[in-house]
Amino acid sequence: MDLVLDVLSWALILNGAVFAIIGGIGMLRLPDMFARMHGAGIIDTMGMISIFLGLALQAGFTMVTVKLVMIVLMVLYTGPTATHALARAALHAGVLPLLSERRAAPDTTDTDATDTREDA
Amino acid sequence: MVHALSLGLAMATLWLLLSGLFDPLLLTLGVLSVIVVVAVALRMDVIDHEGHPIHLTVRGLTYWPWLLWEIVKANVDVAKVILARDLPIEPTEICVKAGQADELGHTIYANSITLTPGTVSLDVEDGLITVHALTQQAAADLSTGEMDRRVTELVDGRKAISRGLP
Amino acid sequence: MYAAAAAAVLIVMLMALIRALRGPTVFDRILAVNSFGTLTVVLIAVYGFLTDRPDFLDIALVYALINFIGTIAVTKYVQFANGDEPPVEHGEDV
Repeated sequence: MDLVLDVLSWALILNGAVFAIIGGIGMLRLPDMFARMHGAGIIDTMGMISIFLGLALQAGFTMVTVKLVMIVLMVLYTGPTATHALARAALHAGVLPLLSERRAAPDTTDTDATDTREDA
Repeated sequence: MVHALSLGLAMATLWLLLSGLFDPLLLTLGVLSVIVVVAVALRMDVIDHEGHPIHLTVRGLTYWPWLLWEIVKANVDVAKVILARDLPIEPTEICVKAGQADELGHTIYANSITLTPGTVSLDVEDGLITVHALTQQAAADLSTGEMDRRVTELVDGRKAISRGLP
Repeated sequence: MYAAAAAAVLIVMLMALIRALRGPTVFDRILAVNSFGTLTVVLIAVYGFLTDRPDFLDIALVYALINFIGTIAVTKYVQFANGDEPPVEHGEDV
């Protein structure tokens, strides 16, 4: 049983590490700030959750696991708020997302498919 | 009042979990801290169903696992896109309608969208959420309204669905 | 194995640091620093396991909080740094 738990937790930690690296590659490869947010999202969700879940399996039913779950929940609650604030600040400063297509919003008329301005 | 009590209870639990010590001095300090924080929160008038949504606890137990599974699936999709040699991204901006009745529902929906890699909510206004999606596929998945339905079920209960909200 | 996880996290931190240095906009840098903070939380936790000192988790918890507040503060600062007035109709938004 211990062996099964060990293997499972190592698999989770490895999975989290791999996804974190993929997210890092995404942050380097993706073309603009709004796309890079998705790469950062991978690190914040799958990378973090998976590694912490693996650590929790190693710790078993102890205070350590409670604290790990607390950290995961805190990052999950605060992460989207920070990302949303950042996206709003970028839009407010005039950084527009690089789009391949802008679908018409129901209440706006300024649809421009070639809008690729990137500097602030 | 219920919310103030539950806030105090939650913070007392947090204090005990984090300290793990039970000598009288620390317990007294903990009780004082909890009372002060609840008093300040009451004075700031931030304790209500929005700031401390205890009515979502039971239904949240089914929502969180579903959201986590969605996050896993979206992670695999975005990872494939990032690792593909030709980087097949099609950044798209779409507007989705949030069918929830109040701002608490809109907030939960927008945060769930952001939490799922591949979609980030840029702006929330009057129940319309502007979403930046990394691929057309992610945008299409969001447009099916499955997440909207789940969040509506979470905040407004199952009755809201049968009333015919989108 | 903990060491391998820590090494992977360090590699990702390096990637975030490269992005923070390269920019090009200030928001790219904030995004990179935010990710760097999350990775620091993970690294502190993994390091606590590596050295068998679970007390490190308390530090990780506090760091997660500081990371969030720091990101929000810098975002707010940058948003209105160019002499722009805060938009009145969005005054209550984050």
